[in-house]
Amino acid sequence: MPLSSPDKVSLFAEGAVSTARLIAYLTLAMIVMVVDHRGNYLEHLRAVAGTLVEPVYRMAALPSDVARAGRLAVATQTQLVDENRDLREALLLAQVRLNRMSALTAQNDRLKKLLDVQNELGLGVQLARLIDIDLDPFRHRVVLDAGSAQMIKVGQPVLDAFGIMGQIVEVLPNTSVALLITDPTHAIPVMVRRTGLRTIAYGTGAIDRLQLPNIPISADIKVGDELVTSGLGGRFPMGFEVGRIVEISNDESGMFAAATAKPAAALDRSGEVLLLQDLPQPMGPPAPEETPAPDAAAASSSPEPGR
Amino acid sequence: MSRRRVQTFIFVGSIVLAFLLQLTPLPQAFLPLKPYWIALVLIYWSIEAPERMGLGFAFLIGLAGDLLTGQLLGEQALRLIVLVFIVLRFRSRLRFFPLSQQALAVLALLLNDRIVVIMVRGFSGDPIPSLGFWVSPFVGMLAWPFVFLLLDDVRARLRAHET
Repeated sequence: MPLSSPDKVSLFAEGAVSTARLIAYLTLAMIVMVVDHRGNYLEHLRAVAGTLVEPVYRMAALPSDVARAGRLAVATQTQLVDENRDLREALLLAQVRLNRMSALTAQNDRLKKLLDVQNELGLGVQLARLIDIDLDPFRHRVVLDAGSAQMIKVGQPVLDAFGIMGQIVEVLPNTSVALLITDPTHAIPVMVRRTGLRTIAYGTGAIDRLQLPNIPISADIKVGDELVTSGLGGRFPMGFEVGRIVEISNDESGMFAAATAKPAAALDRSGEVLLLQDLPQPMGPPAPEETPAPDAAAASSSPEPGR
Repeated sequence: MSRRRVQTFIFVGSIVLAFLLQLTPLPQAFLPLKPYWIALVLIYWSIEAPERMGLGFAFLIGLAGDLLTGQLLGEQALRLIVLVFIVLRFRSRLRFFPLSQQALAVLALLLNDRIVVIMVRGFSGDPIPSLGFWVSPFVGMLAWPFVFLLLDDVRARLRAHET
């Protein structure tokens, strides 16, 4: 849009930008937004443009990667020795715990055999690294370096060593985007480990706070209670650490208690994360069979009269 | 010819750099302080080289930004159209402002941009962001003189180099 010789434009003239153009482009932008909001085309578009987007992500993460490598290169001997000793201690501790766990697992296996339980709590996990970039400071999303090429699917839970971090919301060819549990639009079904009380923990937008509104006043809940995933809702499997209650107050109406919890996972630190591979059982009635097969129905009903 | 190519290189380079800066990670506490770099660079080019800038270009840059960081396609496009429109409309006056006054104008532009964001997010049903949301325009104002002087300096140097 070439200006009609910029020198001749008077100081207070409309200039090259007419209001008509503005309205046209604003309308265009709004149409795009509405269409995207209705149909979520951005995800499809980004999946297609993934090959273009991913290199930019990697490039943006480059300075911090270089900084980390640099820090490592100039780390002093004593620092490394200290770190080594700490890690050794941590490993020892973990080993002891693991040994105890293996005894428990063996016992569990025996008991399960006694009870003839079929379903296993096997954990298929996948390791991924965070790509250190910031998408939007007011939305808690992180980018991981594994995508559809690594068989990542939308909905997979993301964990670190301490607890649930979030879930995958978008998958690109070699990267994926995860929504953290503290994002204001995120909610996770939880259970108080001590009492089994079920409720929902909402993200607040603050990286160290989860909110649990609508707890019955009479409910047995106190500061320090551990929250674990309840497995309801069919997205997160049961029994993973989510957080710890740090504060309980009444809500405005006085009808419910509202609690605040601190997430167990180290959400604000970068590093490796685990992606759970097997999605939990979907909730609700099973999807209808493709072939209704009348003879199958007959076969299933046939034993009835025999009983 | 070659000079024009160099100018184009600076133009494209500054925009690419703005995108990378926008994605650059910061410690959690500093995240709300991050200015809207893409807007600052677009304001600069709207003032200094309006023949390269237009609403259509702002729209495309916005779509690119949404593709990279956004959740809703068109959000940044809308924000940048509004921003560039205001700058181009008042360009003749803005370019003769002293730098401090220009920085204040940039603050007003970025605050207006924040209001546009709130409107878009309100309509799309997103929760209203916390108070820290309003800090970034002030950081943008403080960053403006540096962006302006840096880009001006680079351009002046290359011009001197050419002749």
